[in-house]
Amino acid sequence: MRMALLIALLASSSLAQAKMIHVGPGGNAQEKLQTALIEAQPGDTVHIAAGRYALADGLSLDVDGVSVKGDGPDKTILDFTAQKVAGEGLLITSDNVVVRDLGIENAAGNGVKSKGSDGIALVNLRVEWTGGPKSTNGAYGLYPVSSKNVLIDRSVVKGASDAGIYVGQSQNIIVRNSRAEMNVAGIEIENSYDADVVGNTATNNAGGILVFDLPDLPQQGGRNVKLTNNQVIANNHVNFAAPGNIVAGVPSGTGIMVMANARVMVENNHVMGNNGSAVMVVAYTQAFTDQAYNPLPRDVSVAGNHFMDNGKAPAFKGGKEIAAAVGGTLPPVLWDGITRYAVPGGGGEKMAEGGINSDAPGISLNLGLQGTPATQAKPAPMQANLVVSTRPAIVLPAALEARAK
Amino acid sequence: MRRVLTVLLLLGAAPAPHVQADLLLTTDAPRLADYGLFDAAGHPAPGVQPYTLNTPLFSDHAEKFRFAWLPPGTKAEYRASGALAFPVGTVLVKRFAFPADLRQPAKQLRAIETRLLIHRPAGWVALSYVEQDGGAVLKRASVKVPVQFIDKAGRAQAIDYAVPNQNQCKTCHQDGEAITPIGPTAGNLNGGLFGHGENQLMRWAASGQLAGLPAGGWPRLAKWDDAAEPLDSRARAYLAVNCGHCHSRGGFASNSGLYLVPEETTPAHLGVLKRPVAAGRGSGGHEFSILPGQPDKSILLHRMIASEPGIMMPQFGRALAHDEGVALIRQWIAGMEIASMPAPAASAPAATAAP
Repeated sequence: MRMALLIALLASSSLAQAKMIHVGPGGNAQEKLQTALIEAQPGDTVHIAAGRYALADGLSLDVDGVSVKGDGPDKTILDFTAQKVAGEGLLITSDNVVVRDLGIENAAGNGVKSKGSDGIALVNLRVEWTGGPKSTNGAYGLYPVSSKNVLIDRSVVKGASDAGIYVGQSQNIIVRNSRAEMNVAGIEIENSYDADVVGNTATNNAGGILVFDLPDLPQQGGRNVKLTNNQVIANNHVNFAAPGNIVAGVPSGTGIMVMANARVMVENNHVMGNNGSAVMVVAYTQAFTDQAYNPLPRDVSVAGNHFMDNGKAPAFKGGKEIAAAVGGTLPPVLWDGITRYAVPGGGGEKMAEGGINSDAPGISLNLGLQGTPATQAKPAPMQANLVVSTRPAIVLPAALEARAK
Repeated sequence: MRRVLTVLLLLGAAPAPHVQADLLLTTDAPRLADYGLFDAAGHPAPGVQPYTLNTPLFSDHAEKFRFAWLPPGTKAEYRASGALAFPVGTVLVKRFAFPADLRQPAKQLRAIETRLLIHRPAGWVALSYVEQDGGAVLKRASVKVPVQFIDKAGRAQAIDYAVPNQNQCKTCHQDGEAITPIGPTAGNLNGGLFGHGENQLMRWAASGQLAGLPAGGWPRLAKWDDAAEPLDSRARAYLAVNCGHCHSRGGFASNSGLYLVPEETTPAHLGVLKRPVAAGRGSGGHEFSILPGQPDKSILLHRMIASEPGIMMPQFGRALAHDEGVALIRQWIAGMEIASMPAPAASAPAATAAP
């Protein structure tokens, strides 16, 4: 405690003037809250007292070093059911911000988004679409993008029509001890570097945890993502994403899916009751024109996980046939076996650097070249191979961690 | 400031408007009148010059009046792309008003708000002054103003006009970490004042307020609504002005990979056969931002037509769809060659699994 205080003192030169701005429920919530978020100074805390705040517009924060704090995710509720304006409930565009102990309901677009933040902690939040899973719900619950030093901790997201927790184009990330259920994707790490996804529960989504990389974006080449000690359970929800989105192609019943990333470690997770594939490792499936993009999964290791009761009823095309060929149930790991791709614009062919290793049974479809249709699959068992990562855990700035305690 | 007042008092004249340069540089004045940019009747003070844009942003049919004031003796620097480089001390002014009837846009104008971009030593600052009884006052949090008017089709329209909050100002006026002007680019000023006057770039250069104007080769943004100009130029100008402030590499929507600035040439970044990234339900079930030849299967048009938050684009700044803008982009997409379709998607498991 004393050390945390010392760190906080060192981290905030303006602590002497740091103040608590209290906002309470009742008339004109929108203007009161937004004014507080605009007038806060670095080091200040905006305290939103228990109550339900009916908001017709999004809220936004653009001041560095501010904490926004409620009295608990079921006590302080930002209610966006009647939202008329803005693409998210709460938008953060500043650095070293902590948002905690709040409920965010029925945002028209995303729940909480940070764009371009260095230091963003989303702690003990509840983001929920209270009418249950629907394609008309907002896309993402917690959505840091183009951000750095990202922490999502002890939060819950329910009902997102894309990903509950989505970290995009970001770096140095920890998603931990959170829960995602009844979303299309539970937790998704996309086009991001250096992430730990640890101790979370993803259940009753269409797909539990996804690690993706997509072309034509400012940050790509997703890499160094470690998934450990997560509970990935019964992600068999019907996929209710709007067609066209990448997650609309995630088969219901997917536990963990790794697409077009490098150095992904899937270790010591409990993956149970997912009707499709417990762990699916694939290349980007679409045609692309981005010459800088690498569509291959490479250097992926699956080790020490506890798999149970998965793969009974794969929903994806050809899944049943493959399952039937291996005795009715898919083994834990399904790899498309794509190991090379043609660089667009006649740039020749490139091979994957680093293979796909699993200590648990797996099947490769042996498709070879990116773009080869699944009808040409030559399914064969993968050779079990135990590769355990030694990479150290992701570390966030101590001051941010202290404020997130 | 006090000295100026004293001089005026000594002269015994009615206080003619006088731009308060020091106040602009240092202070977020509580009232617009404090800056002395306009007289009580709304006429600009000496040196506060009107300018117009070939293609303006759509703002729910508001009439907009733009002015620039540069400190005496200073100059803006020419830039071929992006806004001109205005000197510290510059203030850019945009006044919003609604006519009672859009078919008579110059009549019965009701002033709503005045937005300022002030170039201070530490960077640009965005302020909005909302008309209330007795003058325009500073508002940092968003304000809704009920507005009624008769539209061009003769229909009565009632909207909650949204004055942006301070953060929303920055969302659009963002270039990396900094706030930047959007409108007064060389390309968008490259035309006559009010469309028919003297070329504005030449005028500013001749008056000594624009340095570095090359002899020729200036970029020019088309007038979006001038049917005599090429469709492609009009559509790109419309998208640049209405979308490009966020959809640029340094803008708020940089993470989307959709870049609608005038300089962009890569088809995928312009949206052609580009798949959505984080559109969510904003995709409307469509696969591409722009599907050539198929405006009704293009996410970009879908989001222009929508008026529902979470789907509509731009995310704020309008409550109504811009029918004429939608028609222009529809025509543009419909006329695109379909030849550039990519090979059909590969069908590895994930791709074929759509439920």
